Amino acid sequence: MSAATWAALGLVGGAGALARFLLDALVSERGDSFPFGTLAVNLSGAVLLGLLAGIALDGGARTIVASGGLGSYTTFSTLMLESHRLGETGRPRLLWLNLVLSLAAGLIAVAIGHLIGAAL
Amino acid sequence: MQLPRLDTRELLAIYAGGVIGAVTRVGLLEALPYADGEWPWATFAANMAGAVLLGLLVTRLQERLPPSTYRRPLLGTGLCGAMTTFATLQLELFDMLEGGYAALAAGYAAATLCVGFACVHLATAAARRTRRVR
Repeated sequence: MSAATWAALGLVGGAGALARFLLDALVSERGDSFPFGTLAVNLSGAVLLGLLAGIALDGGARTIVASGGLGSYTTFSTLMLESHRLGETGRPRLLWLNLVLSLAAGLIAVAIGHLIGAAL
Repeated sequence: MQLPRLDTRELLAIYAGGVIGAVTRVGLLEALPYADGEWPWATFAANMAGAVLLGLLVTRLQERLPPSTYRRPLLGTGLCGAMTTFATLQLELFDMLEGGYAALAAGYAAATLCVGFACVHLATAAARRTRRVR
């Protein structure tokens, strides 16, 4: 992989992290006890990644936008941390809901994105 | 909906952490490529390492260390957030299911959630065993 691709995926990855922070802040501002912010970020990122896979983007562009950008935009560590804290604060049902909903809806999101991408 | 007041240095910290996290994760993808029907070790390793780091970091920052302004945005939101990924995980699962590797997909999904949760749990417990710094 070229140095330019590494630099670009890093820069796009930083932007992905910022976009995640901003969308999470917007959604979480309502103050729900369920972590809707991370869910919104992860599902929107899953749709977009499915779409890129559907239009068969590959090579350097795929690495930069998909692995660099959408990989950084979506997050697994925060999903796990927020789920763990739901359990610790006595909300085991929300913990399970968060895990199951993220996984199932994430897969559906990728499939929808893939369908749209393949149709384009 | 309204954004909270934005702190430029906080945003820069998130950006910088995001750059490092993305490069680390893609570095793992380059080092540990995988073929159809194989276990995606790169994404798995990045996700588990990020879960451990975030569990340690957030627990220490919230419960053990004096208030700090830029550690959580740089290392938590930026680095751990970007080093771990949800979209790639889901696309890997989707590809496994499409390729007819349903058992692999089920195992990979279960292992990712169970081990990821255990990583946060153990990291939180480890951070709580350390002394409080005033």
